[in-house]
Amino acid sequence: MSRLRLLLALLAAAVAAAAADPPSAERGRAVYQKWCTPCHGTGLGKPGTAAAAAHGVKTPVLEQRQDLSQKMIESAVRKGTGIMPRFRKTEISDADLAAIVAYLVHK
Amino acid sequence: MPLPPGVSAKDFLAVLRQFEGVVGKEWVFSSDEDVELYRDSYSPFWHEPEDPVPSAAVAPDGVEQIQQIVRIANKYKVPLWTVSTGKNLAYGGSAPRLSGSVVLDLKRMNRILEVNDRNHYALVEPGVSYFDLYRYTQEHGLNVFIDAPDPGWGSPVGNTLDRGGGHTPLRDHFSTLCGMEVVLANGDVVRTGMGALPNAKTWQQYKYGFGPYVDGIFTQSNFGIVTKMGVWLYPMPEMRFSGTVSVPKHDDLIPMVDTLSYLMNSNIVLGTTRVSSPVIGQARDAELIALRAKPGGASIADLEDYLKRKNLPYWSIELPFYGPTEVVPAQWAFAKRKFSSIPGVQFRDGATTKLPPSAEDLAKVANTVPLGVPSLAIFASIPRNSYGHIGLSPITPMTGEAVFEVMDVFDKVFQEMGIDNVGVVPAGTYYPRSFFFLFVLPTEHDVEKNRKMRAAFKRLVQLGAEHGWGEYRTHLAFMDDVANTYSFNNHALLRLHETIKDALDPNGILAPGKSGIWPKQMRKARA
Repeated sequence: MSRLRLLLALLAAAVAAAAADPPSAERGRAVYQKWCTPCHGTGLGKPGTAAAAAHGVKTPVLEQRQDLSQKMIESAVRKGTGIMPRFRKTEISDADLAAIVAYLVHK
Repeated sequence: MPLPPGVSAKDFLAVLRQFEGVVGKEWVFSSDEDVELYRDSYSPFWHEPEDPVPSAAVAPDGVEQIQQIVRIANKYKVPLWTVSTGKNLAYGGSAPRLSGSVVLDLKRMNRILEVNDRNHYALVEPGVSYFDLYRYTQEHGLNVFIDAPDPGWGSPVGNTLDRGGGHTPLRDHFSTLCGMEVVLANGDVVRTGMGALPNAKTWQQYKYGFGPYVDGIFTQSNFGIVTKMGVWLYPMPEMRFSGTVSVPKHDDLIPMVDTLSYLMNSNIVLGTTRVSSPVIGQARDAELIALRAKPGGASIADLEDYLKRKNLPYWSIELPFYGPTEVVPAQWAFAKRKFSSIPGVQFRDGATTKLPPSAEDLAKVANTVPLGVPSLAIFASIPRNSYGHIGLSPITPMTGEAVFEVMDVFDKVFQEMGIDNVGVVPAGTYYPRSFFFLFVLPTEHDVEKNRKMRAAFKRLVQLGAEHGWGEYRTHLAFMDDVANTYSFNNHALLRLHETIKDALDPNGILAPGKSGIWPKQMRKARA
């Protein structure tokens, strides 16, 4: 339990610290952890990962994919795809989105 | 994007400039691209003109900013539609009921003001999500247990205001509400309950304060903008255990549910469960498909025989227990004793989890919500190939007879209207003393399919009402339909709502149409 708490504390600290930085893969990782992993992470109970697997994507966890483009990510976040809804700029700002792209595409 | 009804382009531009003066240019969204983000991602009106479109959105960061915004909105008679985290998917998401409304997006107001693990409560702003609250309790090592609704990205404030439900002992979220702060349409700020007492020491400990209890009128309503809310949390239980009870015959459900009712109303079974059966919902087994395809459908005797041959029960209920390690096994033993009078009843021990759960425990389960950890796992159960869904959710008596009747009535309509791909959660116990049925109807990017689904939805709302089953909450598209079913004494309740609306919000700027409550100047159009 304490390990889980420590991980969460580190994550929160990373998000807070990264917020002031220019778009970077490091900031993107923190934003990704907060907004994307509940659906697209590893392990059980991740519907986005499960849906990708069901559609035959060989590496369904987004962080492990090599075929993601800026356009794909921006479209998914701002237009939604399947049952994934759109995300507003009060949730994921343009700077946050650029950071996610930096993390997932240019990692 | 549309203008607010009755507002000129010139005046609307003035409104936007004034909003920018309040919150900063960055937090007023009026370009097509930005406003598009506020439309309902799960809309049942996709590609149709009825799909509600906001005129703009404004995202304040504090109570004073909201006061200024409502004063501007009053001056120009611009309707505001408030969202908290804006994730009320299946009920409209962040879209307004009325096209042209400005969405008042409270996501930036995401402060967790207090979490107290001596008296077990939280005081939060609307933009705080269940994920945020859980992270906070973990980071601060607090001994409280979070009851989240299925998707954890929702807000304790928003979900409680929409009277949502969870899965653990405090699952009826309205019952956990303890004190709120509300900005009224005239800009006045009210604190309810003990919060009305300056320097109150018990705003989150005692719900009622003095005089009329008004908190309920700000739920599922358009009478104010809630800016802070107290919610009770559960003390971290020592363990969770689930045990499953199964019975072989169709009519066994009647004593089974009576026993469930006894155990839940006695606070022995604590948490959300549901009735399940291998012969409810979509059939995958070829033999069951063939039985159902018989002229007149499968009889009860057919199904009992089929299940006996497959060595399957007719009905099962998984009972959740939360509590001390000494008490939970005794509660399960007591529950088994109470069910044992049903011939052929069987029991199966489920998982035992020490709470709070370890990372290893969490990794073993698909849905962590019953363990007090918010999740999005529920989206894995949405019907495949859909672009969203809406929920039809009648509240019924907690009896076996009600289950038979609901399934019979609703199944016939789905079959007659050719609606398939419907997810069913039969007879859930999200709320005390009653059953909550959930029929998950898919929405698509196909006009004809959505029209057919909406027609079925409206028919089922009406049919349910004729049987005495009311919807507990609904999507924007059906708010008038549902409100109209609560029609005792010539719609006396709706008329009362309208009287309150007129008194508190004479210009009708707050969420026109929410829960079927329209400002007086728009009622003629409704009639």
